[in-house]
Amino acid sequence: MKHARIAWAGAVHDAIEADGQLELLTPAFTGRRVAFDEVVWLPPLAPIARPRTVLALGLNYADHAKELAFKAPEEPLAFVKGEASLIGHRAFTVRPEGVRFMHYECELAVVIGQPAKRVKKADALQYVAGYTVANDYAIRDYLENWYRPNLKVKNRDTCTPIGPWLVDAADVPDPQALALRTTVNGQITQQGNTKDMIFDVPTLIEYFSRFMTLMPGDLILTGTPDGVVDCQPGDVVVTEIEGIGSLTNTITAEQKGSDPDSGQ
Amino acid sequence: MNTPWTPPYLPQGTVYGTLLNFRREHALWAPRMSEAPYQAPPQAPVLYIKTANTFTPSGHAIPLPHQLAEVEVSASLGLVAGEGGRVAGAVLFNDVAVPHESYYRPPVKFRCVDGFLGVGRDLLPFDALGGFAGLARLSLELRVHGVLKQTVSLADLVRDAATLWADVNAFQTLRSGDVLMLGTDCLSDGTRPRAHAGEAVEITAVGFHPLVNHFTEELA
Repeated sequence: MKHARIAWAGAVHDAIEADGQLELLTPAFTGRRVAFDEVVWLPPLAPIARPRTVLALGLNYADHAKELAFKAPEEPLAFVKGEASLIGHRAFTVRPEGVRFMHYECELAVVIGQPAKRVKKADALQYVAGYTVANDYAIRDYLENWYRPNLKVKNRDTCTPIGPWLVDAADVPDPQALALRTTVNGQITQQGNTKDMIFDVPTLIEYFSRFMTLMPGDLILTGTPDGVVDCQPGDVVVTEIEGIGSLTNTITAEQKGSDPDSGQ
Repeated sequence: MNTPWTPPYLPQGTVYGTLLNFRREHALWAPRMSEAPYQAPPQAPVLYIKTANTFTPSGHAIPLPHQLAEVEVSASLGLVAGEGGRVAGAVLFNDVAVPHESYYRPPVKFRCVDGFLGVGRDLLPFDALGGFAGLARLSLELRVHGVLKQTVSLADLVRDAATLWADVNAFQTLRSGDVLMLGTDCLSDGTRPRAHAGEAVEITAVGFHPLVNHFTEELA
């Protein structure tokens, strides 16, 4: 099943995908279907009582590691993001004025389903609630070699679109056999497959849960393959993973006042 | 004496820590800052995140992971964001870490270990502390087993609290409930106080309830 979290008719609703529409789960509207373009898409994550842990991976595809001129890491290159950087499907991401290289990163995002502490690789997928698509934008102008990738590159407001769907783990028998691709204004710029991850999903869950307890709703963004290009205001960036979803985002310029891009 | 009971504070948002924000440590590092792998001194604030699994209320034990003889303990003051980008108040923290020599890669496995953030009992309103000017007059004391190991003066920051708050909010808006810790100081030799299983670490500052955490061996 594909789950979404949306704003519609003045309130936030949980919904599921049904025949190319959104079927609302809200008791007052049970069974009502609305079109994809009638709603505002939020990150497909239920609120949780404590601050959400958002883990992310750098250099987790051999080809991307090569592209960025690093040798493949011997252990996961992990960093942490704040939940405040997350935005939903069909949202706007701000490109700061004067930067030279801002790129998308299409990533399989793992949503944890139950508390995980010292989990073995063989059991790890039992701890996954489901999967979604994340676009972990980076602004390379701000890279510094202090706790790199540093937060000014990776934790900016609006710079982590996620969604549109949370797909149940039961519907994804093999998370290591999914094609990924990104298009910018309809042109394919990035292609890969989750089979090429250096550290696969079970290995990552085993690694993190060795020293930290992962809780339901926590996220692991598993890294991106080769093929990142600069994006300019107005560009429509679609990050897509086979069977998981197609996440649309539009780059907008940093500015004050009215927004010329928001009218498409 | 008639202060009404309030539940102990726990962070409601993301907790950020700041590296290299005390003059002493910054000066000790300065000669190496332009060498590999760093290549240049840091320009933006160097931040890290303390994930929710690290939060340990005052009075509760912090377990040391297996095969780890000691950990770094550090007194820090965290500013808690209110609405509209303002500072709501401040909390004492014990920012615990596995000692690490390199600041090149993000410190997840050193800083995000279960239990590795002692959290002070109370959130003091920012006005009661005298705002940013008042913070600069504040000193934090850290004791291990009752012995004073370190006195940290918030007058010794590289970016003072107001500057750090502004510089961080310039690229990531701190939402209501998010916390920005101002940094931790090192000792004169560049190291930080250490704690071992069986020891209690107490962090105090005028106006705050003492923050106390015992360190224990992790249960199998």
